[in-house]
Amino acid sequence: MNPSPDSRNRWVILASFLAALVLTILPWPVWTEQFRPDWVALVLIYWCMALPQRVGVGTGFLAGLTLDVLYGSILGENALAKTVIAFLTVRFHLQLRMFPRWQQAAVVLLLVAGNHLLVLWIKALAGTAPGTWNFLTPGIVSMLLWPWLFVILRDLRRRFVS
Amino acid sequence: MLQIAGWQLRAPSNLTRLLVFAALSIALLLLDARGHHLQKIRAGLTVLLTPVQMLAAVPTRVGGWAADALRGDAELHEELERLRTAQSILLAQLEKYAALEAENAHLRSLLGTSALVADKAVAAELVEVATEPFRRTIVIAKGEKDGVYVGQPVIDAFGIRGQLSEVGMLRSKAILITDPGHAVPVQVNRNGLRAIAFGTGAPDSVSIRYLTASADIKEGDLLVSSGIGGTFPFGYPVARVARIVNDPNESFLDILATPVAQLGHNKEVLLIWPSKAVLAPPPKPAEPKPAAPAKRPAVAPRPAAAAQPPAAAAPPATPAPVPAAPAAPDPSATP
Repeated sequence: MNPSPDSRNRWVILASFLAALVLTILPWPVWTEQFRPDWVALVLIYWCMALPQRVGVGTGFLAGLTLDVLYGSILGENALAKTVIAFLTVRFHLQLRMFPRWQQAAVVLLLVAGNHLLVLWIKALAGTAPGTWNFLTPGIVSMLLWPWLFVILRDLRRRFVS
Repeated sequence: MLQIAGWQLRAPSNLTRLLVFAALSIALLLLDARGHHLQKIRAGLTVLLTPVQMLAAVPTRVGGWAADALRGDAELHEELERLRTAQSILLAQLEKYAALEAENAHLRSLLGTSALVADKAVAAELVEVATEPFRRTIVIAKGEKDGVYVGQPVIDAFGIRGQLSEVGMLRSKAILITDPGHAVPVQVNRNGLRAIAFGTGAPDSVSIRYLTASADIKEGDLLVSSGIGGTFPFGYPVARVARIVNDPNESFLDILATPVAQLGHNKEVLLIWPSKAVLAPPPKPAEPKPAAPAKRPAVAPRPAAAAQPPAAAAPPATPAPVPAAPAAPDPSATP
């Protein structure tokens, strides 16, 4: 029994989530904000699809909770959204793996847009509804990024995760 | 799979996990949104995540440092020249201001009210602009150890930026006036008409709600904080009215104003500790001369303005509020 590949692959996953979090809060010019892709959701979807036995609903919850803390939003807001994303991805990971890349990207759009819609609903319920209902742009940008991110993360996985 | 006394223990199914974690999230949501019970936990988690925030701040720091290092001599001289000019202009204005302040204090002492005390201010560095979609918050490098507190006004050289919403050990989060969850009590500088400026979530506008079509407000009007509510001291500029739409189908005007503070610009903000004397709604908000005579008759049916306890109920007890206080220029101003 060799513990090293296991712990190493944990580090790779953790590092990718960390990178996603940093990218999420990296300062950009204000006008680009609405085009910021949902990095955490992208990374989460990838790992849930590739390694559903290691990364799943619990990871999604933790990632979302971390986002909530970084954003300063109500605790649980993003946690709930990411939990749902992780669940759906794990549930359909076999189908997703078979999809051509563009079809995966379309699913990513659905998932990310759903995520942001859910967050908007929660904000509206909490009384901090924004003046806009624009929940699609992050999803569209995420969709466009998906093929590239997929390749990067797949190479990472092949190199570091047994 | 584990067998214990006939029970089969297996890893919980995906659906079970979803239900458990979704329930956990909703519980957190309710606890946090309703009762704010989770401040301690949140503060702890924030400390844990400080490395992530610092990592994210690295490019900005390097960029700023590189820009400083690469900037040419000529440019620096130019900037120095510009700052010198600005400095002398400001000093001249300050002289006048000092005289006005002295005069104001004298007049107030004649009226028997406490003078407006200058607020204590401390500059704070903006560490990060939080990027949560649809919220407008910033993080500044001042925390509990600097004596800042939740609800403290954050301003800059031009006007009010927002207030602190979370105070950590070394850093605090401020919610800007443009955040959809924020509202500032304001008044029109021209005539003292009271209103509330709500954030919209857009980076450069606040909306003034609940003003009826008869309200005396014009495009270009400066809105200053009214001091009501106690969070923001009286008299700081907040926004300038940019657009007024009077839709006859709506009961209220649709007013958008542009914040005067440079919300998206500077790296430095000011934290102020309002002096107690200013915190209370001032008995005599600034009012231009022409408007005064028109307001006089309104003072007679004073009982109608009983909604203003500081002005209406106090006169017998304290000599402070002078009858001229235009407490309610327009009773329909605020709901």
